Amino acid sequence: MSKKKTKKKRTKKSTNQKGIKIDLVSGDRLSTMASMEKIRLILDMVRNGSIVILERGLTPEEEAKLIEMTMAEITPDDFSGIEIESYPCKQRTTFLGKLLGKTTIETRLTVVGAANQLKTLKRDRDFISALVSARS
Amino acid sequence: MGIIARVKKNLPSWAKKIFKKKKARIGIYGPPNAGKTTLSNRIIRDWSGDTMGPVSEIPHETRRARRKEGVVVNANGATIALDIIDTPGLATKIDFHDFMAYGLDEDEAKRRAKEATEGVIEAIKWLDDLDGILLIMDAAEDPFTQVNVTVIGNMEARELPLLIVANKIDLPEASPARIKSAFPQHTVIPISALEGYNIDKLYESIANHFG
Repeated sequence: MSKKKTKKKRTKKSTNQKGIKIDLVSGDRLSTMASMEKIRLILDMVRNGSIVILERGLTPEEEAKLIEMTMAEITPDDFSGIEIESYPCKQRTTFLGKLLGKTTIETRLTVVGAANQLKTLKRDRDFISALVSARS
Repeated sequence: MGIIARVKKNLPSWAKKIFKKKKARIGIYGPPNAGKTTLSNRIIRDWSGDTMGPVSEIPHETRRARRKEGVVVNANGATIALDIIDTPGLATKIDFHDFMAYGLDEDEAKRRAKEATEGVIEAIKWLDDLDGILLIMDAAEDPFTQVNVTVIGNMEARELPLLIVANKIDLPEASPARIKSAFPQHTVIPISALEGYNIDKLYESIANHFG
């Protein structure tokens, strides 16, 4: 009886622990989603306090759309926007692409969080350093 | 780069003149306080004697896109008529408390923040209606911001011409070289829109790049 009580107490303690939730979304999952689905998913997770890591990021058009939708959701004292960090896209041109003048844009890892939780410390073409804090 | 653009790029100079564009709609983009309106005012004043709008040290002074049509730029034998769109500063976050730090009261700060969010949306929507952009960066600041990366990515995806303007080179901490090394695939023109340093070089680049 007493053992059971102790177990219950421990479980309760672990759920009360303060921490930062990180949601990692695979490139495979993102590739099955429409642009608006991706943006809605990201904004919902961020507004629920998660730091979102996208394995293969968003296209430049999707990034612009994400900024646009973020602006529409900003409200004083509740949500002041997002911090988004991604490595610049890579442009790849195949032999056929060269002939047709077509390049493929390869998106790269992206981190998104609420502006009051995620702060960029340093970034360059291939390096991102960020400070993550619990929700204020 | 598309087939036509690729063919144009490889043409001899006499043939390029035949295909030169005579008119282009150019957007002036960048983060808040990079000097977009200062540059718009300088270009318009130099070529039409008018101005675009007021400037301020408080971020997001421009909260509605402004357009000036038919600004004819002549430089180095090339002529182009520009429709210039001065856009609100792009940002991923807007906190009204930041405006209060400049002495605005809470109601005014909240109103400015709301208008600034609408301005960002307007600036993004304009990307679909442009022939090219001047991306203004503050040469004294870190160029690797998400706004810069997103704007450059969008222009590359649309295969539209882009000139990076490294502004505020009159400041002692300015480093246009840092911008060049961050975005080596694009032309970077160092200027001071406020003082007019190197502005003729910018006009030559505009006429050659967007024509």
